[in-house]
Amino acid sequence: MDYVIIGNSAAAVGAVEGIRQVDREGRITVISDEPYHTYSRPLISYWLAGKVAEDKMIFRKENFYENNNVNPMLGSRVRRIDFAGRKAELEDGTVVPYKRLLVAAGGKPVIPPVDGLDKKGVFTFTKLNDVKEIKHAAAAGKRKAVVIGAGLIGLKAAEALNKLGVDVTVVELANRILPVILDDEAGQMVQGYLEEAGIKFILNNSVSKVSGDAEVTGVTLRDDTVINCEMLVVAIGVKPNTGLVEGRVSVNRGILVNEKMETSLDGVYAAGDVSEGFDIISGTNRVLPLLPNAYLQGETAGRNMAGVETIFNGGLAMNAIGFGDLPMLTAGIVKPDSEEFEILVNANPETCSYRKIILKDNRIVGYILLNKVDRAGILTGLIREKADITPFKERLMSPGFGYVDFPEPDRKARLSGGAVQ
Amino acid sequence: MKRVYAKEEVCAGCKLCEVHCIVAHSQYPNDVVKAFKKGVPPLSRVIVEENRPVSFALQCRHCDDAPCTKACITGAMHRDPKTGIVINDEERCVGCWTCILACPFGAVQRDETGKKAASKCDLCSNGDGVPACVANCPNDALIFEERE
Amino acid sequence: MSLDYTTPEFLIERNRDRCIDCKVCVNQCANEAHEYDEEENKVVSDDVKCVNCHRCVALCPTRALTIRRYPLEYRQNAGWTAHDINSIYKQAASGGILLTGMGTDRNYPIFWDHLLLNASQVTNPSIDPLREPMELKTFLGRKPNTLKIENGRLTEKMPPQLELELPIMFGAMSFGSVSLNVQKSLARAAAESGTYFNTGEGGLHSDLYRYGGNAIVQVASGRFGVYSEYLNAGSAVEIKIGQGAKPGIGGHLPGEKVGREVSLTRMIPEGSDAISPAPHHDIYSIEDLGQLIFSLKEATNYEKPVSVKIAAVHNVAAIASGIVRAGADIVTIDGLRGGTGAAPLRTRDNVGIPIELALAAVDTRLREEGIRHRVSLVIAGSVRNSADIVKAVALGADAVYIASAALISLGCHMCQKCYTGKCNWGIATQNPNLVKRLNPDIGAQRVANLLRAWTLEIKELLGGMGINALESLRGNRLMLRGVGLSEKELQILGVKAAGE
Repeated sequence: MDYVIIGNSAAAVGAVEGIRQVDREGRITVISDEPYHTYSRPLISYWLAGKVAEDKMIFRKENFYENNNVNPMLGSRVRRIDFAGRKAELEDGTVVPYKRLLVAAGGKPVIPPVDGLDKKGVFTFTKLNDVKEIKHAAAAGKRKAVVIGAGLIGLKAAEALNKLGVDVTVVELANRILPVILDDEAGQMVQGYLEEAGIKFILNNSVSKVSGDAEVTGVTLRDDTVINCEMLVVAIGVKPNTGLVEGRVSVNRGILVNEKMETSLDGVYAAGDVSEGFDIISGTNRVLPLLPNAYLQGETAGRNMAGVETIFNGGLAMNAIGFGDLPMLTAGIVKPDSEEFEILVNANPETCSYRKIILKDNRIVGYILLNKVDRAGILTGLIREKADITPFKERLMSPGFGYVDFPEPDRKARLSGGAVQ
Repeated sequence: MKRVYAKEEVCAGCKLCEVHCIVAHSQYPNDVVKAFKKGVPPLSRVIVEENRPVSFALQCRHCDDAPCTKACITGAMHRDPKTGIVINDEERCVGCWTCILACPFGAVQRDETGKKAASKCDLCSNGDGVPACVANCPNDALIFEERE
Repeated sequence: MSLDYTTPEFLIERNRDRCIDCKVCVNQCANEAHEYDEEENKVVSDDVKCVNCHRCVALCPTRALTIRRYPLEYRQNAGWTAHDINSIYKQAASGGILLTGMGTDRNYPIFWDHLLLNASQVTNPSIDPLREPMELKTFLGRKPNTLKIENGRLTEKMPPQLELELPIMFGAMSFGSVSLNVQKSLARAAAESGTYFNTGEGGLHSDLYRYGGNAIVQVASGRFGVYSEYLNAGSAVEIKIGQGAKPGIGGHLPGEKVGREVSLTRMIPEGSDAISPAPHHDIYSIEDLGQLIFSLKEATNYEKPVSVKIAAVHNVAAIASGIVRAGADIVTIDGLRGGTGAAPLRTRDNVGIPIELALAAVDTRLREEGIRHRVSLVIAGSVRNSADIVKAVALGADAVYIASAALISLGCHMCQKCYTGKCNWGIATQNPNLVKRLNPDIGAQRVANLLRAWTLEIKELLGGMGINALESLRGNRLMLRGVGLSEKELQILGVKAAGE
């Protein structure tokens, strides 16, 4: 059996490990246009901030390819896929045949339609090369940056630049930072925390123009505010990198996959940020560009590609992110928009502590935790299980909420068996 | 694999499991006094949950299909293929707490006593077999055994 | 509020070089003698709350704690001891009777320690129990006047007997006065060792019916938990008339100890006080007692021996004789030093007579009256070790009950605070936080270990005397000699003085 995996990040690693759980023999080829070992994308901001050395960024040990008998073709780009003949053609002309193909090509940055984003000093923030360029620029004396987008990527970029001593202003279109994973109140707390660290924010605004000749010298916002800067980081999101398969497999926003990570085309699978799989909260297909989701999808794809039917019962939007010593964990629906949800909330702006749990029909569908985040996974587990929390509802808001609050038989059943299977 | 199970009916809530977990993972695994008095002791990796009269010790269940290992953004959290023990490589851990988000047992904790890193039970895999919490439970409320 | 004269009885010494402020002592002391001071960030202690139960000492992971007698002295006075003075302070403050637990701690003579055992030398061989069989089997119950044997078999049916593999049973401790985990431990140890535990007067918990084959079920003046199934669940029935720790006194289990399980087992409303009257209101004579004995025999189809338990008091020999004539199969005598979960201090410390004298007197009397075979004699009340048991058998006992010793094997540290319900060892308490400290798996093992150890020692002592069956020692007072005893005491004990 010949397996070809396009991509080399979490979904690809999951797929390799999934295949190898089942098939120790088949040939696996991993093709990536990046020349690096399996590095962790979320670590690029840590690398930029100097918190992690490059050799510690690898997602799996050095001998990962060797141990798993993988042929890595790194720094190679796939030009086209011959779906009928089941082969991938690389830009250098090499042809790699496959029996099973996994498209795990990830996402690519969304670039807004603003003139001047091709200037020197404009960066995206999704790959190691991006941050290498940024570091180079900072080392060359660039001291003022604007970050477009106050989402996860934008803020991690801002934090890292701030740590490097760069003066950072973040411009966000929405009325709060981290608009997807936080609500107004938590957003304000985190914003205050980051402002104290020296990061500036401009909300409800966007960049309408980039000035400078060859190099960026500043931006003009839609309200005509002008900010001088030498670096501009575009971080308004990522979109599935579906170019290779468009027109051949069903694609919505991402490549549509079923619970086995199969695409509409036999023998072709997709996983990770490129795919659009089932989301357990919305009950529909949705692109969930998150590392844990990518890994699980990849692993599922790998097992299915190797012939063992494996079902992934769905992704869950969940994020762990921290700035300085302020951790925050969020999952599921964080800002419900209808009356059918019940919201439990406990906020303490002074300590930047926030605990918000969103219920629907006495089932947890989402939460935001700031600062006191310990044991959040119990809540995540309850979301996944769609468990009825009525028996311990009044304890849910306690930061010490734990298994002791579960009814005895339930608790014993959960703790005396083994473990998550 | 062998795992640690609690018998809550006989847990005295003394928290000696926590004390001995700290000692076992300290610089002085054979000296309780020094383990606590020399420098900052590490976190206990076993958590005693208590709402009197109920109490029990809880630690990583070392899941066969551990969600923390799949969620880990650095690959630090991994399952030893030989022993099945789920271990966090603290060298590589950056303290992003995705494992805390993922662990349905709430068995991973933030250790910020030194380098930020996720702290969890390693079944005392550096020790001589029986985890320190089990070996030092005064009431046999923790058992280390293989179950189906 | 006026000045409280209470001074600490004990001093808690904390070695600060060793204390790691782990708070194990704090979370284990039900008396709240240890406390974590958030402001000072360290554990501190309050001596006055300490009862010296050693729970903290035993669990402290660094052995940082020691408990001593509080050094505060009153001006020396041979008559007025600190105990006397402090008792008055307490009563002047409370206006109530003084309560205590366990057996008396006063300095009454312990006759076991004035009795010495014989050993074989030259003229008769001693026996090595490791090489030769040694029989400790004991049958409790009425024995017939004569035995008719044909072809090696008894021709007539024996009255019901309890069969013991060793002459040690667990004395009556009710569920209520002790925790269910204590009873579970004892029941399992009894089953494993081939002996019996006594339910006490609190009924038999539903979890323990399966140990009925090793249970003696008690019927006392409160009749708690007594009904047909209960009587028939046990292997014998015991009528409790009195108790060595508090002869003449009833019992009082406060309502706070009557939780759901105790309530179900005792068949009384949850939270209600369980009051055992001082007398049985239907017993005012030996004839009345006979009626109850035969009622119980009737209720159990004459299949189970009936025991009558009394406290050792002045007229014990005559009373025992009456009990035998009333139809009891076993007479149990509980001595002055016997324990209890709660008793008025003055009663515990001043009422009754030592078990050794009572036993000797009863055995002598029943022999003289020719009725000794109609009853088995069981004694209780501070049997501390295997040598006490051997001496008791030589004085005439068929078997002994141990209770304090069994509790000590379970972790009791004899702090005498059973009556507070705050037993830190999970023994004399119904507090669910404390009860679970006694793991019945460990408890059963420890009690069984104790029995095994004592069995080995009894066999050694028997072997030394050249005796290979306990039966041969029963009432064999020639195997005893007295030391430091008066002529009268020797006479009552029926033993010669050492050297005679």
